[in-house]
Amino acid sequence: MAIANKNTEQTALLKAVLQQFTTFEATLNGQAQLPLHTLRKQALKRLEQLGFPTIKHEEWKYTNLKNLVNKELLVQDELVQPSEETAKKLLQLTDLQDNLLVFVNGVLDKKLSKISLDSSQIIVENLADACKKYPELVEKYLAKLATDENNALLAMNTAFIKQGVFIYVKAKAVIEQPIFIQYLTDTTTNSVLVQPRHLIVLERSSQLTLVEKYRSIGNGLGLNNAVTEIYVSPNATFDHYKLQNDTATVSHIGMTEVHQQKDSRYHNTTVTLNGDLVRNNLHIAIDGENCESYMNGLYAPTGSTHIDNHTLADHRKPHSYSNELYKGILDGKSTGVFNGKIYVQQAAQKTNAFQSNRNILLSPTASVNTKPQLEIWADDVKCSHGCTTGALDEEPLFYLRSRGIPASEARALLLFAFAEDVLQRIKVPSLRAYVEDVIGRRLNVMSGE
Amino acid sequence: MLQINNLYARIGEKQILNGINLEVNAGEVHAIMGPNGSGKSTLAAVLAGRADYEITSGSVNFMGKDLLELAPEERAGEGLFLAFQYPIEIPGVSNTNFLRTAYNAIRKYRGLETLDAAKFLKLMREKMKLVNIDQALLSRSLNEGFSGGEKKRNEIFQMALLEPKLSILDETDSGLDIDALRIVSQGVNALKTKETATIVVTHYQRLLDYIIPDHVHVLYKGRIVKSGGKELALELEEKGYDWIKEEVAAVGV
Repeated sequence: MAIANKNTEQTALLKAVLQQFTTFEATLNGQAQLPLHTLRKQALKRLEQLGFPTIKHEEWKYTNLKNLVNKELLVQDELVQPSEETAKKLLQLTDLQDNLLVFVNGVLDKKLSKISLDSSQIIVENLADACKKYPELVEKYLAKLATDENNALLAMNTAFIKQGVFIYVKAKAVIEQPIFIQYLTDTTTNSVLVQPRHLIVLERSSQLTLVEKYRSIGNGLGLNNAVTEIYVSPNATFDHYKLQNDTATVSHIGMTEVHQQKDSRYHNTTVTLNGDLVRNNLHIAIDGENCESYMNGLYAPTGSTHIDNHTLADHRKPHSYSNELYKGILDGKSTGVFNGKIYVQQAAQKTNAFQSNRNILLSPTASVNTKPQLEIWADDVKCSHGCTTGALDEEPLFYLRSRGIPASEARALLLFAFAEDVLQRIKVPSLRAYVEDVIGRRLNVMSGE
Repeated sequence: MLQINNLYARIGEKQILNGINLEVNAGEVHAIMGPNGSGKSTLAAVLAGRADYEITSGSVNFMGKDLLELAPEERAGEGLFLAFQYPIEIPGVSNTNFLRTAYNAIRKYRGLETLDAAKFLKLMREKMKLVNIDQALLSRSLNEGFSGGEKKRNEIFQMALLEPKLSILDETDSGLDIDALRIVSQGVNALKTKETATIVVTHYQRLLDYIIPDHVHVLYKGRIVKSGGKELALELEEKGYDWIKEEVAAVGV
């Protein structure tokens, strides 16, 4: 539980953010009168009261924000167009260019973005524009899932709600082509605070695939503090992919709040390769019968990267299924945290929940803290969980080497095989090929080639 | 081809090999027999380069090179092959991908051209006939969920592909029914040439009805205590190992 630490001194980041709010307000051009702005101001007040969490907070025990919150970061609100060279280098993913949204420091770059979907099926808008064009829809859904009043990072995001994406898939619309969102964090001129706010609504029996990819450029510091709210209506299907490959000076704190209604499917795959401090909060409220929820994760940090995955499968209704598989390959001085909570409420009889977290440590200085938490209040359920952490097995390594495969190549082969069952859950072929390529190259590097 | 001189090895504090001497020439088949715990599998593992063992003294020369100085993959490159007693299951690595990686790694080591996927597939089809291996096994993960016989057949298939000079078969026959045993032995015999040699490590004589040895050695307490022709194997089958133990005890070793 987060505890408000009213008495502690304000950190440099908090001071900087509070100061910059007035400047931010001025950019809202008359929108400051709308109900949304009351929400922002309330959130700012909460942020000021709460301050940032420290390792004394149970949920932040193994992830220390100390370094991050003692830096002054510049709130990003205006588009700084990336150079063509940067765009070319960092924003490629062939085959997924038809429905592409590019955010540079959290601001939609309309020049680089392109949506070629039927607007009678789906609405894809910059959140700022959606607030003007579809005020009732935004009002109905925004900030209704991400409501934790004790979460300072959520409060900070809410205080600056403006940029982000609004996706609304109409009932029965099946969107076959994935929507691809590329985030570029550019720290070449400033140390930046980037706070996208996304709202994604899938109406009844609709279907959507979304791919999010994070990259960064520059040597300055960066923090992505992203909040995404997702509504999956009855019988809808949402495939959601998140790839994180930032530079070593850019941190990411992501909060994804999902609400599933009956007969719906939500599949999340999170692949994290690099960054400074990465914290992914993924909460799924399974609020209907016969739902299916998959949480797949792969993290492969090196250097001193810290990757923390906090997940929650909150089973509220009977007869649903959740399946969580997170795997980590940690090298260098990197650290990992896995905190997976399965919560089965009393009404959620016949729940079937599975969780597994496996880690391979490639160096003696890498470490991982893994904490499965099962809280079960119903008596007729099937839940299982397991976690393992260890070095790469010597036996298979020797077997491969005895067949002439050099040690480094054999290690890469085994690590790739370890990651394979997460990778094979990626259902977009070009995306899977891309991730396999990146991971493959990464594992070759990791195992000493 | 292979000269083992006075080889001592231990695992932890436990001394397992106590002065092995053995010479194997091209074209020969040697059988190494012995009771459980005599050091047969250790000898095979030490030759293949398993790291668990510490060589305390002695030397091994293979094709004119100091074998003990080479990494396991280099030994394979030089032409040594160990068919494992318990082949390892590796989920997530496809059998075909593994075979091609191994084949090309060895070709590279030998300074030969590597094969692309199509050419390799063609080669694989030819070799498949030798051991009567099922196509379905090749697209599955390496040894994962294979039966005992399928695993052993897969070992011999690897041997056929990698074309070693010296093959060491570690208890390849144990746990096989007679049909599987026949298939495996036919494969081994088909691969035999004047330039290659085979060491068959086995507890049972049965295998030697199918793979006929030129020399039979009895290993006991980490030493070769008796050597002879193929008739020695028959004698062991008939009389068991106790008389060997008694003979050794009488000599006072």
